[in-house]
Amino acid sequence: MVPMSAEPIVQIRNINKFYGDNHVVRDLDLDVLEGEFLTILGSSGSGKTTTLRMVGGFEQPTSGEILLGGENVADREPYERDVNTVFQSYALFPHMTIFDNVAYGLKMRKVPKDEIVRCVTDILALVQLTAFESRRPSQLSGGQMQRVAIARALVNHPKVLLLDEPLGALDLKLRKQMQLELKRLQRKLNITFLYVTHDQEEALTMSDRIGIMHDGVLEQVGVPKDIYEEPANRFVATFIGETNLFDGVISAVGGDIARLTIESGTVLGRCSGLKVGEMAAVSVRPERMRFSTMPVDGFSIEGIAREQVYVGSVLKSMVELPNGQEVRLERLASDPLPADGPVFLYWDPMDARVVQSPDQVVYKALQNATFL
Amino acid sequence: MKLNSHEFRSNTLPAAITVIPAVAWLAFFVAIPLVYVLVMSFCSLDEYYNVAFQFTLGNYADLLYPNYVQIYAQSIVIAALSTAICLALGYPFAYLISRTFREHKVILYMLVIIPFWTNSLIRIYGWRTFLGASGFLNAALVGLHLVDSPVDFLFNQAATVLGMTYDLFPFMVLPLYTAIEKLDEAQIEASHDLGAHGLSTLFRVVVPQTVSGIFSGCIMVFIPSLGAFYISDILGGGNSDVIGNLIQRQFQSGNNWPLGAALSIILIAITLILVKIYQSTGGDMESLGV
Repeated sequence: MVPMSAEPIVQIRNINKFYGDNHVVRDLDLDVLEGEFLTILGSSGSGKTTTLRMVGGFEQPTSGEILLGGENVADREPYERDVNTVFQSYALFPHMTIFDNVAYGLKMRKVPKDEIVRCVTDILALVQLTAFESRRPSQLSGGQMQRVAIARALVNHPKVLLLDEPLGALDLKLRKQMQLELKRLQRKLNITFLYVTHDQEEALTMSDRIGIMHDGVLEQVGVPKDIYEEPANRFVATFIGETNLFDGVISAVGGDIARLTIESGTVLGRCSGLKVGEMAAVSVRPERMRFSTMPVDGFSIEGIAREQVYVGSVLKSMVELPNGQEVRLERLASDPLPADGPVFLYWDPMDARVVQSPDQVVYKALQNATFL
Repeated sequence: MKLNSHEFRSNTLPAAITVIPAVAWLAFFVAIPLVYVLVMSFCSLDEYYNVAFQFTLGNYADLLYPNYVQIYAQSIVIAALSTAICLALGYPFAYLISRTFREHKVILYMLVIIPFWTNSLIRIYGWRTFLGASGFLNAALVGLHLVDSPVDFLFNQAATVLGMTYDLFPFMVLPLYTAIEKLDEAQIEASHDLGAHGLSTLFRVVVPQTVSGIFSGCIMVFIPSLGAFYISDILGGGNSDVIGNLIQRQFQSGNNWPLGAALSIILIAITLILVKIYQSTGGDMESLGV
């Protein structure tokens, strides 16, 4: 864990990026703390790679600042920045040996020869490739090339290491292994990692903090637990893990609990920063959803139990609401739902999160509702 | 091995049908003329300057005339200069084409291709008209009072080198473009990322990975410029003969076909040696159009 008192090493200040009329990064602010492993997670086209490339210097932001160790580097060339990149395609130089590939950055910085030899030997030992230093990239496996790419960047001791989906080309088993390996290297060398991926499991496994990006907007930045349990909005709630969303309007707020009027009644959930009258959704994870065969005190939503699937120790069930919405539950296998019978769904308000919702989504959901 | 009729029909016959026309074509238009030239180069002349089928090595001995040796040297210098200039101009140009966006790429590409489609003789005469004593360039220079009398741009080695460079430029650019286009953009970014700026990246990452394009471009310019007699005729005016001029003269005004044949054989030998060198450095024969 990175202490919260750590200084920001990269400060991205109100960055915008346009390709022609295409607004790919919107008003993005992000601090990367010294020594942390921060992952930007998003689907393809979310602007995550463009953001990383702006930090690396391969793209210029249309507006905004990028501070590296307090200095604005937004207009500087990649070779004038103290950051290094691990490319998705590795981009190893095919005409050089592994040693020369790794030594390239040090040679460019005119480091004395004997020191180059020492540094390269050390880093190759760290990534367990000592025996390969005189080979060419074409003679290595995918996993080995990946490790060379990491060594070639790390040997320069950059202020920040940028990684653009570096494990994308590896098979699942190797990818899992490399995730742990990367985390080990990052802790050992204490170098800040800014990592980009579309794989949420990868992000949750490795990161100190995760930033969720969608349509050019950084939706939320936080530790993995907060991202999962305290999603900032409807998008984040659906993007990470599986969840059930009930759209509605906030009808009352008391402390950190809000009452939400939804199509099938009123429900409760934890809430922060939202006001009465706002459009919102309550997000309930399948494993937090409870059921009863009778209406319960407080609130409950009636539906019909439809499908149940055993997945090892867990039972995945689906309940259909009168409006057709499908609600997912995960229960212990010893506690099945009554087949095709009426059930009443409820939850502990502390287990549900009320999230902001773009108005049009809620409006659509409420259009057919009886109470409007 | 004995073939049964089924095997013949399913393997041998289709193979023969597809291969025979190509083999026949090559035999008729390449192999037979080449053998003819080779045989001719060992023939002698009778007293009426007719080819006599009488074996001699005299033609090859005649190749060592001091005047001829001087022209070989001159031809090699002209070819080497043209190649060097084509490479120096063609590499940045090919780099530019391969690294620009689509619409501009087509325009740049067409700048090379359209002259390439136009008859080379016409383009070379165009230069003669442009550079001549009463040509456009001299008219402009005199008109602007930059010079008092027309400058002699034509009829020297420089004019021949200019013509060769101009005429053969596409042959340099196209293989270079192919080689540079294949290079992954991330290679250049990785080099920049590791602290190398433009020139370092060019010489340490881009050039080493496009060597085969450089070699093939050089061969495609060097070899034709040894033979392109019409360019040295039109622009060089007899002051900058290349090997091609010697050959052409033996077959026409000199009426000494066996000597022309021997010269041709030497030119073919030079070509083969260069291609062999290219191949031994790992060059890819496809990018030579072979």
